[in-house]
Amino acid sequence: MNSSWSRFNITAIVLGFAFLYLPIVLLVIFSFNESKLVTVWGGFSTKWYVSLFNNQGLMDAAWVTIRVGLISATMATVLGTLAALALTRYTRFRGRVLFSGMVFAPLVMPEVITGLSLLLLFVAVGLDRGFFTLTLAHITFSMCFVAVVVQSRLVTFDRSLEEAAMDLGAPPVKTFFQITLPVILPAIISGWMLAFTLSIDDLVISSFTSGPGATTLPMKIYSQVRLGVTPEINAACTILIAIVAVGVIAASLVNKRREVQRLRDEQAAQRG
Amino acid sequence: MKSLGNIRREFAPWNKPDAKPYIQFKDVTKRFGDFTAVNNLSLSIYEREFFALLGASGCGKSTLLRMLAGFEEPTSGQILLDGQDLRGIPPYRRPVNMMFQSYALFPHMTVEQNIAFGLKQDGMPKAEIDQRVADMLKLVKLGQFAKRKPHQLSGGQRQRVALARAVAKRPKVLLLDEPLGALDKKLREETQFELMDLQQTLGLTFVVVTHDQEEAMTMADRIAILDKGEVMQVATPAEVYEAPGSRFVADFVGNINMFEGKVADRDGTGATIASANGVTIRTANAGDAAAGSEVAFAIRPEKIKVSSKKPESGDNVMEGEIYDIAYLGDMTIFHVQLGNGQVVKASSLNATRATEDPLSWDDKAWISFRNDAGVVLTR
Repeated sequence: MNSSWSRFNITAIVLGFAFLYLPIVLLVIFSFNESKLVTVWGGFSTKWYVSLFNNQGLMDAAWVTIRVGLISATMATVLGTLAALALTRYTRFRGRVLFSGMVFAPLVMPEVITGLSLLLLFVAVGLDRGFFTLTLAHITFSMCFVAVVVQSRLVTFDRSLEEAAMDLGAPPVKTFFQITLPVILPAIISGWMLAFTLSIDDLVISSFTSGPGATTLPMKIYSQVRLGVTPEINAACTILIAIVAVGVIAASLVNKRREVQRLRDEQAAQRG
Repeated sequence: MKSLGNIRREFAPWNKPDAKPYIQFKDVTKRFGDFTAVNNLSLSIYEREFFALLGASGCGKSTLLRMLAGFEEPTSGQILLDGQDLRGIPPYRRPVNMMFQSYALFPHMTVEQNIAFGLKQDGMPKAEIDQRVADMLKLVKLGQFAKRKPHQLSGGQRQRVALARAVAKRPKVLLLDEPLGALDKKLREETQFELMDLQQTLGLTFVVVTHDQEEAMTMADRIAILDKGEVMQVATPAEVYEAPGSRFVADFVGNINMFEGKVADRDGTGATIASANGVTIRTANAGDAAAGSEVAFAIRPEKIKVSSKKPESGDNVMEGEIYDIAYLGDMTIFHVQLGNGQVVKASSLNATRATEDPLSWDDKAWISFRNDAGVVLTR
């Protein structure tokens, strides 16, 4: 195979990466801009980060976002895992196809529709919109992502592990917590991380289902941008990017290291 | 110390009329939807017996084992263990343990923790657990691997861990589902003998499921041959091989030549059989086959002698031509085509390095066998 750096390859890669990352790079660069004008470079400064932390509105929004993210991701993980278990384990109940279709429909459902229907529901049952409804909405749309991730792990799960545990004297509940859960835990954790990420950057559904006093960071940023982009927003976004990037890189490194270690062990075992 | 052979020779509770079966399947049927996996099956297994369930895949042997372990309940019928009806008792309360085909080692636990798992469920004191785990590791010679995870072990080592884990609780009965299926041939042969030793040392009842007849013949005291959810025959390995009860068993275990025909004449215990394709066979033992009934005469290849000259005497002598030869090193298998077109397999042991009576393709040859070499099958 010819793997040398042909001119075409280099151009393709540069263009591709520029397309993906140029906007983000610009945003990061301008977050360190001295000037108040967003598009004119006025020298390096970190003053926008300082003012960001003094901006009570943004900080409140960030706190709401984190709380909603933590609570909704955790609830979505519990519900999504249960749904995945039901769908992979009880394959013969009536309406299974319908049920699994319904669990996965929100994956492709336009967010506007999800948001609007949730809003209508909350109005119909007389729930005051705020932190609670916002969290409920986030649980609703992120649990199906968790279900997909956990289900794909459960499909390859060796049921004889559970049978072995029961055979050795562990009742079903104990078997679940001592065998099933630890084995599928990596999938559950990545499901949680996915749900958390989806929650902290959601704008559309949040806009429909939130109320006074429960403004999330994306909502806050969006509303501020309409009044004009400030370098403060750039700084806030840069921090968000940093958090997400660190999370993703750490997760993949941990995964990769575990995989490499496992392969090495298996080869060692084969050699005897 | 008694040798294994002596213990085995004396062990035959199934012949004692007053012996009480340890495990009893009574008219057990198991259906999965429209599929009948086990059909009205009855079977008795005795204490300390090494019992093998042998059959092709889909014959219901694994279902039997899973019903004994408690993973499946019989659709109808009864399973008794030491006189106790097992119906409704969940797997975690049955005094049986199983070694799984896939080993089912817990991937997130070390070898030690895997073996200790069952003991912990019983609430055994920690010091006792440690002692038992150490004993088990010694028994399967895995002492230095105690802290390893299953994926850091080779296939053979994993098999031993699975075995140690299953016997750690000292169950009344150990169930083994294709215990040697995942091992390579050489390791499998070694492990067969280790399993037999272990069974004698621990004095447990073993029920093993296998599709490998050699494995069943080597290890088991008795073998049950299953087909389509029914027991075809239960007997010792020698009986199964030398006195198969039906065409199916004769054909399933080892190689065999079959002559389909009718009993032409009966005299005392013997009979003359006229095969449908024109061969007449004299046999000294025809069992209860009535004159004129449809039977099959079955004879194993190693009981047929092949020679280039017509033997001077013999009960059954037939002329033919060498059709094919398979040289296997320890023995040679000749395919001899008789005058009527039927191909008969005959094997001869290569006891010397050079053959005195060399035979080659298309050579004229004579086959002969004694009148007590074959069996007459009525079913």
